Amino acid sequence: MQLPPALHARLAGAPGAAAPLPVQRDSLAGNAPFRFAARQVRFPREHEFFEDGDVQRHLYLQDVITQVAAEPERPRVPEFTCQVAGCCQAFDALEDYEHHYHTLHGNVCSYCKRAFPSGHLLDTHIQEWHDSLFQILAERQDMYQCLVEGCTEKFRTSRDRKQHLVAHHLYPADFRFDKPRKAQQAWERAGALVQHPSPSVPCGCALTL
Amino acid sequence: MWRGRRGLLRPSGCGVEELRCRRREREAGTREDGVMAVALRKARREQQLVSKRLLRDEATEEAEGGRVVVILGEAQIQEFLRLAQRGIEEKERERALVSLRRGLQHPETQQTFIRLEGSIRTLVGLLTSNQALLQLEAARCLHELSHSEQSAVAEACLPATSYLLTYLSGHSSDFIELCLYTLGNLIVESEAVRRQLLPQGIVPALAACIQSPHLTVLEALGYALSQLLQAKEAPEKIIPLVLGSTLPQHILQLLQPGPKLNLGVAVEFAWCLHYIICSQVNNALLITQGALTTLGLLLLDLAAAVQRTEDAGLELLVCPVVRCLSNLLTEAAAETVGGPMHLQDERVLAALFILLQFFLHKQPSLLPEGLWLLNNLTANSPSFCTSLISLDLIEPLLHLLSVSNVVSVLVLTVLCNVAEKGPAYCQHLWPGLLLPTLLDTLALSDTEVVGQSVELLQLLFLYQPGAAQAFLQQSGLQALQRHEEVAQLQDRVHALQQTALHG
Repeated sequence: MQLPPALHARLAGAPGAAAPLPVQRDSLAGNAPFRFAARQVRFPREHEFFEDGDVQRHLYLQDVITQVAAEPERPRVPEFTCQVAGCCQAFDALEDYEHHYHTLHGNVCSYCKRAFPSGHLLDTHIQEWHDSLFQILAERQDMYQCLVEGCTEKFRTSRDRKQHLVAHHLYPADFRFDKPRKAQQAWERAGALVQHPSPSVPCGCALTL
Repeated sequence: MWRGRRGLLRPSGCGVEELRCRRREREAGTREDGVMAVALRKARREQQLVSKRLLRDEATEEAEGGRVVVILGEAQIQEFLRLAQRGIEEKERERALVSLRRGLQHPETQQTFIRLEGSIRTLVGLLTSNQALLQLEAARCLHELSHSEQSAVAEACLPATSYLLTYLSGHSSDFIELCLYTLGNLIVESEAVRRQLLPQGIVPALAACIQSPHLTVLEALGYALSQLLQAKEAPEKIIPLVLGSTLPQHILQLLQPGPKLNLGVAVEFAWCLHYIICSQVNNALLITQGALTTLGLLLLDLAAAVQRTEDAGLELLVCPVVRCLSNLLTEAAAETVGGPMHLQDERVLAALFILLQFFLHKQPSLLPEGLWLLNNLTANSPSFCTSLISLDLIEPLLHLLSVSNVVSVLVLTVLCNVAEKGPAYCQHLWPGLLLPTLLDTLALSDTEVVGQSVELLQLLFLYQPGAAQAFLQQSGLQALQRHEEVAQLQDRVHALQQTALHG
């Protein structure tokens, strides 16, 4: 299939449409028994027209078509330790350190040193646990925000919020990032503020809100 | 660090052997009698084509002593889990999970694992621990499970999904990538998983995550989203949610041509767009967001790219872009002439022909799709039909007539699109190669090809003085004779014979 040489130049040229030649149809065109009528065609998803392309897409995903060139050696560095105060984890690969840092030191509450998987959960935690204004406001209005990104529901208590997470968002009842403040419960029971201990060394227990 | 596929579509820098291997695989895929090709097409027809992506770091596997996959028994799995959970030394805990992960590469181990009481619960506990490396290994174990072909195994991972989603808003790009591929695999395997993921907020989670600057994360996200959009309930339950989010704008952003376009990322999102568009939920919205313009410019970019590089898997991106454009053109919103949405740039035609040539050499099975786009561009557009003529593209089009019957029908349809616009157009189709080519197609036996040839001839006889005459002189009547008894062609053949003889 030989393409005219000027075509490549046209591609690289300025945008523009051709001034159309005059259209002049005869009423006999397309008359029975002839059937031709110029029309655009659309194909829905499962149409067999897409078969070949879909198969290629599948093969691509299964990695048959495009084999990755050999992965370069994982860069190993001389062993180093995490520089964050109180942490003595050692690493010999930068990616390992990246994950460690983000998991343990990334979104850390400066009040109680707890680590969170995301900034969003950290912000929620600080507000609900360390902001006395929040406590005051929570007496009069719904302040406990749903944890699911995009859901704007707010609740009176954290228990109500959990109820919503389970019933509406199908979250597990023991979702680890929604444990109620034990201090909160104790405070409610005893009417006194209890200092919550802060873990400074990872001990392998679940993160709590 | 366990590293998955980074940038699957790499620029040249691959060895000759690899190119040969790819070509072999491709030929296997397109050979009509290729066993694998036939099986895959059958699966696709039966809507059972389940595509999953498996991330495995081959370098690590080599280091870990080759690819021997060990089948683990109940007792061994329990021991590894116990060590991982309660081991004293961190390295010991990590090693236990690594051993478990390797075992989980085998379907039998997967089955044993999910039947073991508390196994998933323990794994989820490790996934949510604040021991980073344990977390990673636990996630890799889940990833292996997600790749299973058994729905039961995928569904066993349900308790983990809320956490996988939560981690999407974290910052560790490798971990997020892993979570996304795992989610993508789970999504495609089971409707039960999707029924849970939607209320758990997967669409807003993806909409937030798509703002990541990391290419590996974006490619993984595109994969997961493409699986979500392919679900059979997608047009009713999923696509409206996606269209209502900020995802479409971000997707179009990621498809903008230019130096920042990443091929692996673009492939995933182009397929996402295709699934959205061909489901026909609200394509007008996409058009108002500039989809036609973006895709048109991308097509130009791709045509330029195929001229530069020998072989880089570009057809993997060209295919969905062509499909999106072609389907979008059929929307009423696309027809507003003069508006910014209207695709009326003859460079698109130039690009398409360069891509058709590319398909002809690399992937002939995609020619029909390219010609489908050509039909949709020319059917209602005198301007594009004029461009076909002024850019000298009629003859290259005729050269495609020998490829296959499907291609021939499409080529003839496009020629009819031009011819039906009247004498000014037919004038430019004549004389040249058209008549001898049509006489050749009349010698074929495929009914559809002959039928379309007859339609074209009728238009030429109508609009081009001297065409009927020349046809008769070139023994056209004899060429028509062999089709006189064919049911689908009879009436038209007779009518054409009459016109040729009597005008």
